[in-house]
Order: sequence, then structure tokens, then C-alpha cells
Amino acid sequence: MDLNYTEDEVAFRDEVRAFLKDKLPKELSDKIAANKMLTKEDYDLWHARLDDQGYLAGAWPKEFGGAEWTAVQKHIFEEECARAHAPRIVPFGVAMLAPVLQAFGSKEQQDYYLPRILSGEDWWCQGYSEPGAGSDLASLKTKAVREGDHYIVNGQKTWTTLGQYANKIFCLVRTSSEGKPQEGISFLLIDMDTPGIEVRPIILIDGVHEVNEVWFTDVKVPVENLVGEENKGWTYAKYLLTHERTGIAGVGFSQEGLQSLKRVARQEMQNGRPLIEDPLFAARLARIEIDLMAMATTNLRVVAAADAGKAPGAESSMLKVKGSIIRQQINDLARRAVGPWAQPFVSEQLSDNLFHPGPDYAAKATNVYLNNRKISIYGGSNEVQRGIITKAILGL
Amino acid sequence: MDFNHTEERRMLADSLRRSLERGADWAALAELGVLGALFTEDEGGFGGHGFDIAVVFEELGRAGSTEPVLEAGLAGGLLADAGRADLVEEIIGGGLKVTLAHFEPGLRYDSGPITTSANEGHLSGRKSFVTQAEGSDRLLVSALKDGEVALFLVDTAAEGVTLHTTPALMGGTISEVTLDRVAGEAVGNAHTLQQRLAAATLAVCADALGAMDVARDMTLDYLRTRKQFGVPIGKFQALQHRMADVAIEIEMARSAVINAAGHLDAAGPTRDRHISAAKNLLGRTARLVAEEAVQMHGGIAMTEEYALAPVTRRLIAVDHRFGDEDWHLARFMRLEM
Repeated sequence: MDLNYTEDEVAFRDEVRAFLKDKLPKELSDKIAANKMLTKEDYDLWHARLDDQGYLAGAWPKEFGGAEWTAVQKHIFEEECARAHAPRIVPFGVAMLAPVLQAFGSKEQQDYYLPRILSGEDWWCQGYSEPGAGSDLASLKTKAVREGDHYIVNGQKTWTTLGQYANKIFCLVRTSSEGKPQEGISFLLIDMDTPGIEVRPIILIDGVHEVNEVWFTDVKVPVENLVGEENKGWTYAKYLLTHERTGIAGVGFSQEGLQSLKRVARQEMQNGRPLIEDPLFAARLARIEIDLMAMATTNLRVVAAADAGKAPGAESSMLKVKGSIIRQQINDLARRAVGPWAQPFVSEQLSDNLFHPGPDYAAKATNVYLNNRKISIYGGSNEVQRGIITKAILGL
Repeated sequence: MDFNHTEERRMLADSLRRSLERGADWAALAELGVLGALFTEDEGGFGGHGFDIAVVFEELGRAGSTEPVLEAGLAGGLLADAGRADLVEEIIGGGLKVTLAHFEPGLRYDSGPITTSANEGHLSGRKSFVTQAEGSDRLLVSALKDGEVALFLVDTAAEGVTLHTTPALMGGTISEVTLDRVAGEAVGNAHTLQQRLAAATLAVCADALGAMDVARDMTLDYLRTRKQFGVPIGKFQALQHRMADVAIEIEMARSAVINAAGHLDAAGPTRDRHISAAKNLLGRTARLVAEEAVQMHGGIAMTEEYALAPVTRRLIAVDHRFGDEDWHLARFMRLEM
């Protein structure tokens, strides 16, 4: 048992820290610290800087130009980025589609798409969920019918994150209704500017536009845009779900959130004393910190096991459930910390102006709390994750 | 022992619910007697007791109303205490909208000490969290006069009054009010402020109860109709048990509101102990119900378009008005019976 990083890992951490200190523009970290939405240009700029350093493809295998980071390195990178208020890597191309193409795509697809992901030429979004297929993803109905050299796609996808910035979408589509629902699904790459595609914004409860509906009406997709084999798409999607899952606990975000919460609680006054000295509030803060310390180690145990060659399976479900709960509790406490300043509710899409009368740290506390109710819902809700744990780990 | 509301209160609640469903506006609410129900007969109304407040605000919360009824009761109550029957009559008739401007930045949930001052009838200072000031005719402003808190009426449109208004989490609007040597009409002292704040806190609790009923019913409806894995999701025991817990907690909240309403007219410490018990419990329950309603719905409840969104925000706002869970817990612990 040794709870410390190895010398190499410490060196890697220092290298990442130095890079962030040097290359992370203050305008970006200020935006992240203030919980503001980033523009496409913000993300593009950050991706370019990461790519220059070889970090954008850090997790990719060497044969595709990556650095083949270990799970611990990935963890260190994510933790340092959260700490420095760096933008997250937009995962759809780099972390979601790329591993599928690397494992199942054709040589042509790999050669064409992978460099475009790194260069920022392509911004991918994900077409999985549908209005009737959420937790039960395999019941998806968007249909692709083969006609000569094309598939004709009809249907509707939803919760398409940052789809408004994307020029490409990878979709799960139904190519067969024979057998089990999972057996008739294919993985298709689609150009967003193909005629028949319409993107409609969904405004969330905190008033932001980050997800969309994507509608497909007789959309012609060349057959060479099929990844792997027809009707094997579910296998590829599942591969994606067990791959790259070590960041799922969001420990870095929680640690950063806790630090920022403490800063607020030192500034906010109650009865002439800083809120952080209020025994009831301090107890709430301490309980979360205790949970987070155990969460960080739980996360590292799974990360270390992954480096020892054990692909995290249902363990990532545990990380998702507990990690999302802790993160949401921190958001909840951050909202409580600002007290009555949580009442003025100013949001990007629902308000005429963005003036918030309270201290800067109070402006987004409620918005973040509301927005992050999503994290126990998306990517397989916590109920779905608990179902996986009961079956795969507990054997019930 | 009788846990039924009187015939009159039941009739008021029923007709209020029906008119709110039809989109009743301010004039319609006044016509219906909703404002009169917030004042005692001595004050010119026909209610004014804890259970009058409870039935009215439960319906307003159920309907998600953003009409300034709480504001009328709070400011109007203080005006009644100051002997301004003329203004109370106008308020009850719906002809005058007044909102209290008392809290100040930096006080968090405490009601004092305030720093806004009155010099020869002119008010200067900054007031925070003034609800529904936009659209009001007058502000009832508290200010220090000769070392004591006194109340003044100010025209909302008067020179020297600046409103910074934003949407409020609970619905409606909330304003920061800056007063720069504003001419105010002295109306009296603020000796009954705690009693009137207690009534307003009860109103927030009852409002939350109505909103929680809505969140529960919408969630139940969704559990019965949303199908995944070939069955309505309400067939899953994991969700059934959580829904059962939500239903249990809402009944506990209903009892806490009854306790608070039944002690609103009691002596200060007894009254405040019950009010704090209710506000602490409602703060916890409103959050639980909001979070469980969102989680059991899933993604659809994250959207602005779905009707649960304002209900969720209203429930989360409960804990930020007139003292949160911890503020009331601490006060409850101080107020030994």
C-alpha cells in the first residue's frame, strides 16, 4: 500500500501544472471560475493549445499519434485542469468517437477523421438518446434504410450537447427490427449540413442553451459512413461506455467546487462572523469533505486497477453514483452559502439583462445547482447505474 | 380536536383554486376576498389568523401565482398595526399595491440591525430582496429614526428611488432598492415586525405545500405514463418506494404547517418556535420533493419548456426566504419551551 504518486507521476503532474500556468488564457479560466458558458471559439482555442502540447490526444494509443497516458496520468490531467479552471476537453470527438474509430473503424475512416478531430476541423456531437429512448436506449427508433449507396435516415435525437456548434454527429440508428432490440442498431457518421437535418435548441431549467433536439427527415448518408458492421452498433456503443470511464466520478470538479465553496463561506457573513465559522454550516462542509476524501481514494483505486489491466466495468457505475451525489451536494451547499442572494435568478436565455445585484460569487450559485441536477440523470441515470451494480457486482 | 378547516375557509380555498385555474388576476383575487382574508375584522378584513393564511397561500403555491399577495399581507399588516385603516382598506380592495422594503445586504437572514436612516423625513440607504417592487405603488421602508426602527411610506416612482430588478427564483421579481434622500411619510414604529414576519414565513411554508402537491402529482402522472423497458416506469419498485417517501414527507410538512398556523397568535417565543420548526422542515422537504421530482422524471424535468421547471425553482426558493433550514434550526434550539 502506498498512497503517493510515483516519481514519474509527480513529474507528469508538474509538467501539466507548468503547461496550465503558461498556456491557459486568463479570460478562459475567469469564465470557468465564474461558471459562464464558453463559446465555440473558446473551446477551439483551448483544444489547439492542448493539441500543440500533445495533450489533446494524450489518452490515444501511440499508433494514432497519442501519448498513451495511463489511467493515473489521465486522472492527474483531469484533476489539474479542474484545479486551474481550464475548460474541459469537449469529449464527443476526442474521447467518445475516436476510441470507437480506433477500435472498429476502417483504415480510411481512421485516416480521415482522427486528424480532423485534433485539428478542430470537425466538431462532433452525439446522437444517442431519443424522446422515447432514454434509460432504455436500446429501444431507439431513428431508422436508417439502405437504398443503393446510401442510408436514408428518419427520426429524432435529443439531449444533443453543444450540437449547435457541431458539423458532424455520430448516431445510433435502427437498421433492423429483427431479434432483440440491441441487435438491429448501427453506428453511423453523419454530416450536420446534409439536407433534412434540423437542430432545435432546448433551454434548460437554469436558462442555458447547451442541449438540442436533432431532427432527421430523409437524410441521405453514404454507406461508407457506417462504422464497423451493420447491426453491431450496440457493441460499439457499449465499448464506449466502458472505455474512458475513470473520469466519471468528477472528483476534480468536486475538489475545485469545495475549495471555491470554502472561499465563499469565508466571505459571506452571518451574525458578524464568516459563515464558515457557523457551527451548522461548518458541520455540513466537513461532512462533504470527509465524503470527498473517501471518494478520491475510491476513484484512485479504480484508476490504479485499470492501469493494472483490469478494465473498469461495473465499478464505474459506483463512481458515477457516488461521484454525482457528492458533486451535487457541493453545489447544494454553494447555493445555501450565498443565502438570500440565491433569490435573484439571472440566466442567459430567460432574462433580459444579466445584472445580478449580489456579490460576484453569488451570481451563478443557483444556476449551477439547478444545471447540475443533470449529472445524476445523463450518461445512464443513477437508477440505471444502481441496476448495473445490483446485477453485475452483487449478482442479485 | 378537529383537523378540518371551517366551512368559510374551505369555500374560500375552493373558489380561489377555481379562479386561479381560470387565470385570476389581481382584481379578481381582491374581488374574491383573498386580500380581506389576510386581515382580522378589527383591521377591516374577515380573517387574519394562521389558518386563513395557510389556506390562501397553499392555493397560491399550487397555482404558481406571482401576484403580490404575500407582500400585501406583510406590508398591510404593519400598516394596520400603525393604525392606517385607510390604507388597509385600499389594499383589501385591490386599489393599492405595497411591498415591504426592510432587509439589507449583509444581514443574510437576520432582520437587523439595519442602517437605512431617516433624517427629517428623508430616507437614505439600500434595501435588498424587495419582492414585487416592480409594479407596486408604494414601498413600506424601515429606517432608523432617533435610534429606533420606524416605518415610512414612499412612492415607488419617487425621485431618489432606484430599483435594480431581476426575475426571482420563486417567480415574479425581486429588487435591490437604493434610496437617496427620498421624501417618506412616517407611519409609525416597527414593534410588530417579528409578528408580521412570522405570518409571512407561514405564508411561504403554505405556498410550498401547494407547490409540493403539484410536483408530486406531476411526478405520479409521469410514472404512470412514461414507458421504458416496455412498462410504465412507476412499475419499478425502486421508484415506487421513493415516491412513497415523498408522499410521507409531504404529509409531515402539512402537519408542520398546521402546527405553525395554530400557534401564529401565541406569545412571541412559542409562536417563533413553531414557525421555525415549520420553516426548517419545509425547507428540507421542499428540496427533497423538488430533487426527487426532477430525478424521477429524468431529462424532461431539466427543460424550461416542461411545466415542472417553475415549480422546481419555487420549491428551491423556499429555503432562501425569511431564513433557511439552519437559521431556523438555530433559532428553534435557542427558543426552549
